[in-house]
Amino acid sequence: MTENRNTFTTFPFLMFVLQAEVFPYPEIGNEEVEEINQLVAPVERFFTEEVDSAKIDREAKIPPETLNGLKELGLFGIMVPEEYGGLGLSNTMYARLAEIISLDGSIAVTLAAHQAIGLKGILIAGNEAQKQKYLPKLASGEHIAAFCLTEPGSGSDAASIQTRATLSEDGKQYLLSGSKIWISNGAIADVMTVFARTEVDVDGVKKDKISAFIVERAYGGITSGKAEDKLGIRGSNTCEVSFDNVPVPVENVIGEVGSGFKVAMNILNSGRFSMGSSSAGMIKKLIELTAEYAATRKQFNKSLSEFGMIQEKFAMMALNAFVMESMAYLTAGMMDRPGLPDCSLEAAMVKVFSSEGGWICVSEALQVLGGLGYTKDYPYERYVRDCRILPIFEGTNEILRMYIALTGMQYAGKALTGKIKEMKKGNIGMVFGVVGKKLKSSLGGSVDYGLTGKDGVVHPSLAESAKKFEQNVSHVGSTVESLLYRYGKTIVDEQLILKRVADVMINLYAMTAVLSRASRSISIGLRNHDHEVLLANTFCSDAFFKNNYLMTQLQKHSPENNDANIKKIAREVLENRAYICSHPLERTF
Amino acid sequence: MSGRVLVGVKRVIDYAVKIRVKPDNSSVVTDGVKHSMNPFCEIAVEEAVKLKEKKLIKEVVAVSCGPQQAQETIRTALAMGADRGIHVEVTGKDYETLGPLQVSKIMAALAKKEDAQLVILGKQAIDDDCNQTGQMTAALLDWPQGTFASEVSFDGDKIKVVREIDGGLETIKIKTPAVVTADLRLNTPRYATLPNIMKAKKKKIANVKPADLGVDLTSRLEVVRVDEPPQRQAGVKVETVDDLVGKLKEAGTV
Repeated sequence: MTENRNTFTTFPFLMFVLQAEVFPYPEIGNEEVEEINQLVAPVERFFTEEVDSAKIDREAKIPPETLNGLKELGLFGIMVPEEYGGLGLSNTMYARLAEIISLDGSIAVTLAAHQAIGLKGILIAGNEAQKQKYLPKLASGEHIAAFCLTEPGSGSDAASIQTRATLSEDGKQYLLSGSKIWISNGAIADVMTVFARTEVDVDGVKKDKISAFIVERAYGGITSGKAEDKLGIRGSNTCEVSFDNVPVPVENVIGEVGSGFKVAMNILNSGRFSMGSSSAGMIKKLIELTAEYAATRKQFNKSLSEFGMIQEKFAMMALNAFVMESMAYLTAGMMDRPGLPDCSLEAAMVKVFSSEGGWICVSEALQVLGGLGYTKDYPYERYVRDCRILPIFEGTNEILRMYIALTGMQYAGKALTGKIKEMKKGNIGMVFGVVGKKLKSSLGGSVDYGLTGKDGVVHPSLAESAKKFEQNVSHVGSTVESLLYRYGKTIVDEQLILKRVADVMINLYAMTAVLSRASRSISIGLRNHDHEVLLANTFCSDAFFKNNYLMTQLQKHSPENNDANIKKIAREVLENRAYICSHPLERTF
Repeated sequence: MSGRVLVGVKRVIDYAVKIRVKPDNSSVVTDGVKHSMNPFCEIAVEEAVKLKEKKLIKEVVAVSCGPQQAQETIRTALAMGADRGIHVEVTGKDYETLGPLQVSKIMAALAKKEDAQLVILGKQAIDDDCNQTGQMTAALLDWPQGTFASEVSFDGDKIKVVREIDGGLETIKIKTPAVVTADLRLNTPRYATLPNIMKAKKKKIANVKPADLGVDLTSRLEVVRVDEPPQRQAGVKVETVDDLVGKLKEAGTV
């Protein structure tokens, strides 16, 4: 974790040390906007006219002509610097293009596996020689990249991988052996970033640490298994990749020997935020397709769009798209700031929200079409199948929630430890301070972090929502403090608690993003900014009450909290590995 | 011969957009609507770039008349391979009444100024469907014209143009300098790839005002009213041919 963390979830982030980063909403220059619009046009056209998603899904293959078209468009090296033959675009531009590329799930994953993770290691941690050697052909698409971390026994627990790289006698190469699974582009990649255990000397003690390697298929000894038959993203190749004593030159180690785990985490963290814009792009498209149907299909002499339960679905889709976009571009904007700020926490929050929101939205869009939505004649069922992977890959949402909650609490922990030390020293003023704050918030005293009012950064039409946000923020601050006080270090094992903390944090970041974005839209008079205000206020109100409920459940002895029972049920079921109730029809004699 | 080709490109509402008429029936809604290069202009640019790739001509200059946004259209032409652009600035009321007569005057003036060997235009724009600019430009310049071209080739100092006409195809040979208008089957325009768009940023777009060219933009036309096409009426089924003849007589059509 970087020392000087200024980004959103630093405690007391709640004190808005951070206002400067999230307000005003990041803006790009006029020239850049024009450039993005220019770049978007041919890509959109290509996807509408040349990409047959139904065929790609049916045949579980992306046709070579389509792949070539993508290469020619330049989509294989979006973030590779121009000097190495790429487009050298920023995170913001990448996110914008992701909105269109996501129209086809298989293509999106193939491109992401190649550049968001496959070649990213060389980009962010490689040395000049490695960049010069590998990036040009990867950027043009002549070579395709893959990211090889996961193994049969090591998924979420990435640090436990067993693939091994042994240094040869002459010290010139490593011999790599092991098996990787679920590798996207596994069968077609020419250049792979592979993670393996290596023996490292740490102060005279031999330790086993993970290192990252650039491995070319041409080195020999690499076999790809058969393509996995998947539920969705069927055009993306996923398979096992086995390494049998593959000779890898020592020059191909990425970063320092033994620093592989950190490289892996940095790579994964850097790509996550774009899931926000790709999900938003997909939902926006679905809204268009579905609205067309809802407006024309009639039942009971009314068009579907006149019925409340159908209207609710459209509102939900619009709200989700709005929040995802706002979060994605806020994060990308922060990442594009000079100094390479660490936005891994924000990116994780975007990923969790977008993957789950996306899944719900595609399902509801299918629902609007009813039986038609369930058939392969329409694209809805494909979108549903393609989306199911989102909460699973790039870090399962369960793991990411733990990361979000624990990292946020780590800082609260430090702050609290400081306070407890003061209290122990008998610093009465401090004790009164803590007690006083608790009394204030429990009496519902108003909280003011300076978001609204004369010098506020939030526009007056969003003031109510900003106040709700400030209230939530103060409440979560004290909730977290009391949790740490109650559990101390054992909080790490309390997943159901951490899940709620993470959900509150995600909601808060989302609220920040929409308040910031809508404020800007009003201030500069963007078209339809009134609608944005409506969306922002609606989302904030909803999130406010959800957060309150979650935090109520986190209070000591909260009657709203059923965790103890839930764990008991789970224990009894898992011990028996089955449902244990007697059948309702059974008798006792 | 200068080896220079002038290509006119027009920014129009994208072909896939559902057009809506403004409530006051004065024109169609353009605010916030997706715009792109007229498809026939794309074909014109593609043809010019192909000629340059075959080394039959030396320079492709893309021209567009309109407000600031016209530059986006010129940039697309540059990304497709044009060498430089000329943006003729026309805004406000002048832009609303800009039509083939005015544009052809501008194109003629530029053709002379730039010493063009060839002017290639799309056969018509998909917004007004006038199909006049190419013809008027040739007339103003007193140059030969090869319109509705589905094939263009150089034959010595002449240009051979295969034209799509109602009866089929007509082949003509015209002397240069000349005006050619592109029809659908002339070629398939290339995608402006992202790397080419980036490279095109370095290409120059000159800014010119119609007054600088001595062109009078006054329109001789006034748009009275714009309406949506009438809704398609439901058909009527008849049982026999006699019934059909009866109904047609009733409707006054026989």
